[in-house]
Amino acid sequence: MSTGPGVGVDEWVARSGARREYQPGWRGDLERGWERLGWWPKLAAAALIAALLPQLGMNGFQLQVGINTLLLALLAVGLNIAVGWAGLLDLGYIAFYGFGAYGYALLSSNQLSTSGVHLQSWESIPLVMIGAAILGVVVGLPSRRLIGDYLAIVTLFFGEAFVEFTNNVAPSKLGGPNGIFALDPIHGFGGQILDNKGYFYFALILLVLTIVVLRLLDTSRTGRAWRAVREDPLAASLMTIPVNRVKIMAFAFGAMVAALAGTIFAAQQVSVFPTDFDTPFLILIYAALILGGAGSIGGAVAGAVVVSVLYDGFLRSDTQAGYIFYGLILLTLIVKLRPWQKLVGVLGATVALGFALHAIVKAISASAVAAGPQSGGWIADAVRDWVIVPSNTTRWGNIGFVLLVILLIALVQLRGRWRTILMVPTLYLAACVWEGRLVAEPSITRQILIGAILIVMMNARPQGLLGTKRVEVV
Amino acid sequence: VNWSLFFDLTVSGVTLGSLYALIALGYSMVYGILKLLNFAHGDLFMVGAFIGYFVIQWFGGPSALSVPVPILLLVMFVLAGGGVGALGVAIERFAYRPLRDAPRIAPLITALGVSFFLENTMLLLFGGSYREYNTSEFISFSTGIHIGVLNIDIVRIMVIVLSVVLMLGLRLIVNHTKLGKQMRAVATDREAAEMLGINVDYTIAATFFLGSALAGVAGVMWGLVFNSIWTYMGFVAGLKAFTAAVVGGIGSIPGAVLGGLLIGLAESFLTGYVSSTNANLYVFVLLIIVMLVRPSGLLGRVQLQKV
Repeated sequence: MSTGPGVGVDEWVARSGARREYQPGWRGDLERGWERLGWWPKLAAAALIAALLPQLGMNGFQLQVGINTLLLALLAVGLNIAVGWAGLLDLGYIAFYGFGAYGYALLSSNQLSTSGVHLQSWESIPLVMIGAAILGVVVGLPSRRLIGDYLAIVTLFFGEAFVEFTNNVAPSKLGGPNGIFALDPIHGFGGQILDNKGYFYFALILLVLTIVVLRLLDTSRTGRAWRAVREDPLAASLMTIPVNRVKIMAFAFGAMVAALAGTIFAAQQVSVFPTDFDTPFLILIYAALILGGAGSIGGAVAGAVVVSVLYDGFLRSDTQAGYIFYGLILLTLIVKLRPWQKLVGVLGATVALGFALHAIVKAISASAVAAGPQSGGWIADAVRDWVIVPSNTTRWGNIGFVLLVILLIALVQLRGRWRTILMVPTLYLAACVWEGRLVAEPSITRQILIGAILIVMMNARPQGLLGTKRVEVV
Repeated sequence: VNWSLFFDLTVSGVTLGSLYALIALGYSMVYGILKLLNFAHGDLFMVGAFIGYFVIQWFGGPSALSVPVPILLLVMFVLAGGGVGALGVAIERFAYRPLRDAPRIAPLITALGVSFFLENTMLLLFGGSYREYNTSEFISFSTGIHIGVLNIDIVRIMVIVLSVVLMLGLRLIVNHTKLGKQMRAVATDREAAEMLGINVDYTIAATFFLGSALAGVAGVMWGLVFNSIWTYMGFVAGLKAFTAAVVGGIGSIPGAVLGGLLIGLAESFLTGYVSSTNANLYVFVLLIIVMLVRPSGLLGRVQLQKV
């Protein structure tokens, strides 16, 4: 696409495309064509596909997952400004989201009507965003003096302080732990959004608009300044970039995007609670951004789609969670195990081990296999005579889980033949623990999986799915 | 002035401060040697508290102990310290070691992931309800020092004394043993230390063991003093402890102790004199202000940035 290194782009990074070799034939042509395509046709195509989804007959649950996905994408794109572009570790980001939601809740409900404040949505949303930008400037001020982890910890305090604040201060206005109810739907200019389909399109339009704005910002003077500050603040300041102002701007822009997401969230949920803005959700936003690749808008959106659809969509239902679980294991094995004889051997041995153990255990004690698989669907029927699920599911499931973690650790340690051999009982135990324990408590299981995905992902591919590997100059 | 309340708050502040200081030491050591903000450290503290709880249950529960109290305490501290120390070494080995040369954000996100994993694993294994140590059923809180308005019960005396002993022991290890010398060398410059023949992997693992063991012991003490424990207790305690380390000056052992005591006392007095519901909010605001005014901490040195 580019003929030489662009302005403000590291040369090594800029030439990474030229250094790559394209595959021969039509696949290479396709790849080149895709890269030659500008950003806006891709964005338009993605938006069009997303816009068609509700027309294909999504049910209420799927539509809700869709809205959550769009909100998470908006949040990840906003987080990308401070974390991905400017390289500022902002762990208080969730508070801006909360600020947006609470701001909308206060301005567009009867909460403040005693003081005569009850605004239309088209008035309150810009107001809240401006307020968030000011708050972003205030929170960004420490970035003048603090760098790296110190900034992270101060912003983390800010996030914790926000939750404490909404929980304890002015319960008559902020509602304390009970939150604020009965918010207005998004309305203005005589119309209002009443159903989730409307919110889906509203969120989609705002996401696309935000991406367009950020895309233009990215290639602007400010965007280049952010990247310069990220790579080396000292060198950037020597290039007469106003480092402090640029950092604070990153905070302010991120805060505005987060607040926008917050208003949509509040209006769609019709209520806000302090627990909506707690640290676990922050980790989810980070997971989306990091998974997709920090520094790239497309990566942030892709990461948000993966995380949200997995976390909110599939892992809630035991049948679908089962497809994901077994599917991922199978996929990992197919990719990692070479040659294919080994793969067939491991799979065959696992299946045989399962049936043999199940038969033996059943012969000894019927209660040891009494419970049967906890998940639903055809997978459960298929593995009924294969996995061992004792009647005391909780206890044996816990022991199995701990044992599984130990086995996995041992598996990483071992090399060669022993690793292949150990893989068989580990796979089988994983299936048993899954059917016996993990499926039964989906809300905890999905959190464990998110934690594990973060650890594995960081170890395997620190730059994320779509991110480019950066060279750290030390 | 209500002196009785003042002394009570001071004693509880010092107790809380000693616990924060113990956790802060581990944070500070890990940060000093790897420059890694180990978010999972607070959760190691939580795991320690649970180990202590299960030791009590194992010996017949708080009201029907099958062994004398000193033996019970010894077993609790040894198992919690050793178990959590081993867990810390395992986490270092599998989550952090592969990322030693990765960009700074990668280990940080991994630490968040480990924290998430530990919390939810404990939640899965042991449920989300509060668990009670019921210390008062096997150690009488009425024994201890009572002089006029000054009251310190035996458990708090033990916590404070044991913390001081552990801190002195750690200081001895860091300043006067070969391992301590290696730790300081690796913290100053890892590559240079490696070139001098220091086994860097072993030294870092040992650092994780010592730091995590202190957190585990602190967890047991927390259970003994404050009675109830639960799976999410680690995050906020770890956060405050890390700030204790930063307030005192990261990497400095006396600094971590000083920071822990300051934060413990501040929390205790804010709870007692100002407001009990908003205490956490005030502590967070106070910490933000301290970080802004003195980013390098009270006893820390300002580091020159090398180009």
